Amino acid sequence: MSLRSALGRVKGLGSAKEGVGHWRVQRLTAMALVPLSLWFVLSLLRVFNNSHSEVVAWVSAPTVTVLLIALSAMLFWHLQLGLQVVIEDYVHTPWKQIAMQSLLRAGAGLGALIAIVSILKISLALG
Amino acid sequence: MTMSNRPLSPHLQIYRPQLTSVLSITHRMTGIFLALGTLVLLFWLSAAAGGPDAYAAAQSVLDMVIVKLVLVGWTWAFFYHLCNGLRHLCWDAGWGFELGTAYASGYAVLATSIVVTLLVWGYVLAAPGGVA
Repeated sequence: MSLRSALGRVKGLGSAKEGVGHWRVQRLTAMALVPLSLWFVLSLLRVFNNSHSEVVAWVSAPTVTVLLIALSAMLFWHLQLGLQVVIEDYVHTPWKQIAMQSLLRAGAGLGALIAIVSILKISLALG
Repeated sequence: MTMSNRPLSPHLQIYRPQLTSVLSITHRMTGIFLALGTLVLLFWLSAAAGGPDAYAAAQSVLDMVIVKLVLVGWTWAFFYHLCNGLRHLCWDAGWGFELGTAYASGYAVLATSIVVTLLVWGYVLAAPGGVA
């Protein structure tokens, strides 16, 4: 039971009934990804040919660890928001819609976890 | 009221293709392709976390010509999505909506993404011990 008035509950939510939350987070994650992904691709150009120990040393540097985790979080979040809209646009059967949106969230969440756990495992030298 | 047979958006096939619409659908397609490309990223990262042997095995897979070709496509998709994403952010800020500007920025996005992709892979192929 909410103490908010009916008007207060719907204000700013518009016809999509969820307001501008999705739109705004998609832009914010995009803006975060501009420097993060550019940094990552430029770094890859430096380390792609290196030995395993050199790659481990690179990932283990505290700044790199933090930036890689930030990149993973933003990347999989942005990816989920983008593919969500694609599925909303092209899948019109309600149960398929729900199933695919759930699978997408599960996949994106797992992807982010695999990336972050791998980074931490390397960085904290548990491997 | 019969709702089932009404056309649903986006029904793109009724439009004549033009630069702006083609770049727009390309943004979406590169986004999907990049999302699939994160599987390669996860493969590489988890191999690095798995130790030297797993990493060497992953490197030999990534060195395959077919994978390299996909990575070239991924590189272009990345720079296209990045440049066109910046174009979209400018639009969101209210800048560049004029028809002439929209076309000019569209051509700039295409040119930049292609040139940077060529530069990156020129660098990769020229790198010492690089991928010949």
